[in-house]
Amino acid sequence: MAKEAAVPLTRQVASHGEEKPARPSVGNIAVKCPKCKEILYNRDVEKNLKVCSRCNYHFRLTAYERIDLLADPGSFTEMDTDIISIDPLQFTAFPPSYSDQRTYTDKLTAEREKTGLKEGVITGHATIETKPLTLAIMDFHFMGGSMGSAVGEKITRAIESAITHQTPMFITTTSGGARMQEGLFSLMQLAKISAALAKLGEAHLPYIVLLTDPTTGGVSASFAMQGDITIAEPGALICFTGPRVIEQFMHIKLPEGTVNSEFALQHGMIDAITHRRDLRQTLGRILRLYA
Amino acid sequence: MAYDLEFEKPLAELEKKISALQRKGDRLKPDELVQLQEHERELRQKTEDIYKHLTTWQTVSVARHKDRPYSADYIRLMCDDFFELRGDRSFGDDHAIMAGPAKIDQQTVMLVCHQKGRDMKERQFRNLGMPHPEGYRKAQRLMKQAEKFKMPIVTLMDASGASPGLVDEERGQAEAIASSLYLMPRLRVPIISTIIGEGGSGGALAIGVADRVLMLENSIYMVAAPEAAATIMWRDSAHASYAAENMRISARELLPLGLIDEILPEPLGGAHRNYKQMTATLKEAILRNLAEVSALSTDEMLERRYQKFRKMGAFGNLEAQTLAGSI
Ligand SMILES: [Zn+2]
Repeated sequence: MAKEAAVPLTRQVASHGEEKPARPSVGNIAVKCPKCKEILYNRDVEKNLKVCSRCNYHFRLTAYERIDLLADPGSFTEMDTDIISIDPLQFTAFPPSYSDQRTYTDKLTAEREKTGLKEGVITGHATIETKPLTLAIMDFHFMGGSMGSAVGEKITRAIESAITHQTPMFITTTSGGARMQEGLFSLMQLAKISAALAKLGEAHLPYIVLLTDPTTGGVSASFAMQGDITIAEPGALICFTGPRVIEQFMHIKLPEGTVNSEFALQHGMIDAITHRRDLRQTLGRILRLYA
Repeated sequence: MAYDLEFEKPLAELEKKISALQRKGDRLKPDELVQLQEHERELRQKTEDIYKHLTTWQTVSVARHKDRPYSADYIRLMCDDFFELRGDRSFGDDHAIMAGPAKIDQQTVMLVCHQKGRDMKERQFRNLGMPHPEGYRKAQRLMKQAEKFKMPIVTLMDASGASPGLVDEERGQAEAIASSLYLMPRLRVPIISTIIGEGGSGGALAIGVADRVLMLENSIYMVAAPEAAATIMWRDSAHASYAAENMRISARELLPLGLIDEILPEPLGGAHRNYKQMTATLKEAILRNLAEVSALSTDEMLERRYQKFRKMGAFGNLEAQTLAGSI
């Protein structure tokens, strides 16, 4: 897994609350592409929707960047902004030898400060090319997009809201998997979200899902693969089992990029791979076709 | 059956003394007979004490005990008939999932079970009980068939997880599990699931979205195996016991969290010590829960099934810092 690409981004459309603190980078003007190692100017990366102009690597976007990219300007209204995670299991006993002894509550506080987000998903209503829809956009920067009760609740409420408002549902996935600190609560979010999506389906409302880097573990084995229309960004890691675990299990070495968007398309798991610059237009087309 | 788990050492010692005395048979002196009875009483007492106070990590070793009854054992002891149906009609037949119609007392149910292997050969045949995608697709095919013929669905869960190989990725492990999770909430027949050993991650949940979720007393249900969780959190699977204790994976820890519905008591010293007694308990619980769920109208049953999972979760509110959800 590529380490978090370090790109300080000033948000272009400041319509969703406070500015995020800039993350560390190769200085403030340039960034190294994790894939081709090219040094790129930040302003060029920004201009190119955070895609490497040399190798087409799609840097990870924050949820708000994704919304700015896809939603009609000013159309997004956020819902459930106050939901946060708690520590339901009192997950506090760590191996004494492990250096990081912060409790789950401590970590959550640190993540909120680091990202300016309250949790790893942003939900709400918007229009794309004037077509209304309900969205849930995951954010990898908050604890690796891991699935906890708060994330599960926000996504479920969004789906239920789509049913109430009779709109299509759109989810962008990015997740390293389960929120281990929430134990079985984490797993049960998958059942909860899947059940809500099944209800959405019974209401004959389309569910469009966009898989972005990385979509793995429980998220891949639930709402990432339940879409009526399933799109992925190029080169995204998409798998149930991560490459390192596959390697351990099979005692083999996997070439870089074995289980990615292209692999998923080749094996019939997704409908299309769409470059970031074409996403908005593609979603607009789909919404018109299914309206 | 020997006491062979780490924490059973005191029991093993007592058992050794008991069998030494038993070997004397008719040559047993009166004071030795008294001693034998005393040891037997002590063994029962100690077993009860130890099993009443198992740590979560100790429970893991009981749930994974090599002699623990597997689905095939329960099927053999509980069902008057079982006709195994095989294959996903698309790729192949998976041997980690065993399924088909069965008679329990007078009732025909659709059984969908994980099946681990007992010896080396069977373990390999069943891929250590870790289903491939075609296993979940077989399960879906038969759960839809159950709905068609109005048969209730009974699942027995016992998998450490789904198979994590490259072939599983190629054949769409994620999609296979996702489709099960999408299907089960809306199936118009009662579903009763029981975790009989290990319920591990999406690989287990894929046959566990049920009206009632029961757990054997010494079984475990978890988002990831403790070893995997420890590797993810602390980069070392040797810390698995910490992961197990923190994650609350035993039945007695999960019941108060509202994540399961009922604990089925195990025979003294674990299910593997008395298959027949364990089967009787399981059968009674399945039939009772089935009768209760069957008494509901289909719409009421589906709404309750939806609400059951809908309520699972524990989260807060940033401003009020108040709790919501199931705890
Ligand atoms: Zn590049």
